[in-house]
Amino acid sequence: MKSLKNHFSLIAALFTILFTLQVYQILERTITAYEESLRANYSIVVIANTELEEASLKSQFTLIRSLEEVSPEKVIKRLEKEMDKTSLGLLRASLPRFYRLSLEHYPEPEEVDMLSSQLENMKQIKRVESFSKTHDQIYKLLLLYKGITQVFAFAIFVVTLLLIIKEMRIWQFQHAERMNIMALFGAPIMLRSAVLFRLAIIDALCAAALVLAAFGVIIRTRWAESYFNEINIQVTLFDYAKDSFLHFAIALSLSVLLALLLIINHKEEV
Amino acid sequence: MDKVIIANDLTLSYNNNETIINQSNFSINSGEFVFITGASGSGKSTLLKSLYGAIAPKQGELIVGGVKINDISSKKLNFLRRHVGIVFQDYKLIKEWTIEKNVMLPLIISGYAKDVSEIQVQKLLTHVKLNHQMGKYPPELSGGEQQRVAMARALAHNPIIILADEPTGNLDDYSAQVIWNLLEGACTQLKTTIVVVTHHIPETMKIDYKHLHIEYGSIYEVS
Repeated sequence: MKSLKNHFSLIAALFTILFTLQVYQILERTITAYEESLRANYSIVVIANTELEEASLKSQFTLIRSLEEVSPEKVIKRLEKEMDKTSLGLLRASLPRFYRLSLEHYPEPEEVDMLSSQLENMKQIKRVESFSKTHDQIYKLLLLYKGITQVFAFAIFVVTLLLIIKEMRIWQFQHAERMNIMALFGAPIMLRSAVLFRLAIIDALCAAALVLAAFGVIIRTRWAESYFNEINIQVTLFDYAKDSFLHFAIALSLSVLLALLLIINHKEEV
Repeated sequence: MDKVIIANDLTLSYNNNETIINQSNFSINSGEFVFITGASGSGKSTLLKSLYGAIAPKQGELIVGGVKINDISSKKLNFLRRHVGIVFQDYKLIKEWTIEKNVMLPLIISGYAKDVSEIQVQKLLTHVKLNHQMGKYPPELSGGEQQRVAMARALAHNPIIILADEPTGNLDDYSAQVIWNLLEGACTQLKTTIVVVTHHIPETMKIDYKHLHIEYGSIYEVS
């Protein structure tokens, strides 16, 4: 029972750290997915006198991902009842060309302004519409999300650090007596520390396995997945290969580091 | 007779530089039973600690089992301790280990095979009349029983010296006598050198012994 309690304290601390880390990863992935959806939906409209070449524009502006011509036929069709064919022909001939510019990433307001002014300086371009007001609002909201995530990450780091220090003190207290007694009988440092390392490794494996199981259950309930589907964002909640490896690696590194620190700080009782 | 402990002009002190033992000389022969006495705070336990290398001499020379304690490396210190058995007033048993595993500790450290260790532990626990308790944990035993376990542990690896720091200090008369008998037995039957720090030499001692007394930082032999 006592042994179980000893295990539980470290497993609980490691589980908390790993679970929070995974939640943070999901948040990061959500923001990235949201940013990607913003990028996909955002475009700049360019009105040109003559035909624009995608290759030429892309070579001049690395931010541009693609150029797509917008046909004015939809609008002209609406005018068919009100105008005769000759007028419509004249309108067609005098209309400029409309293009939609898609970008490589969701741009900062400065990037939008710079691109707009550079495009406007081109001879064949008549006008550029960047919808900057809407863009600015969305961009600020995204920055807010990112800022909150970073504060959250920092808070996790601090809490993790405090948990580790607290756990280290408990371990120091729990294992110092045994290590001292073993030292009195001439046990080399590796033998004295063997129990600590064994505990650290077992607890790390248990904590990582528990996180894996917990997210396995969360994925199966499909509650989170349906929530993300509702807001039209596709997020991997738990990548079994990548995330499991990360969790096992972090849990093992943390617990072995904990054991090492304990051994380094251990002073033989005189 | 071989000398297992030699102290030449030995001076001991803690970090605060207050001298505990001052330029003392003594030697202990192999197979001898030695009592170290002195008033509280006279330096008895400090001297014993120096014998197992927990405190290095400030000045002079201290040789235990052929190993010079001055500036001893951790490797040599571990080697020395694998040939010394130690008994403490507060037993110093590992609480989360069974009695059997506690007695086995010196054998594990010395790298004995498991089956050999098990036979030796069984023999020792029978000797201290605790073979029926081997699966229990130290807190489940009385003080006297715990000290008998500590004695069995000190004897497990056939040490050349047993150092005992007030081994009967916490025990009733009966349990104390059991411990004295065990120490005497180790000295006479196994020819182990026994060094005991105590306030009172028991009147029931059946064998010859050397008596070292500490007073005002000096160690002298009481004839």
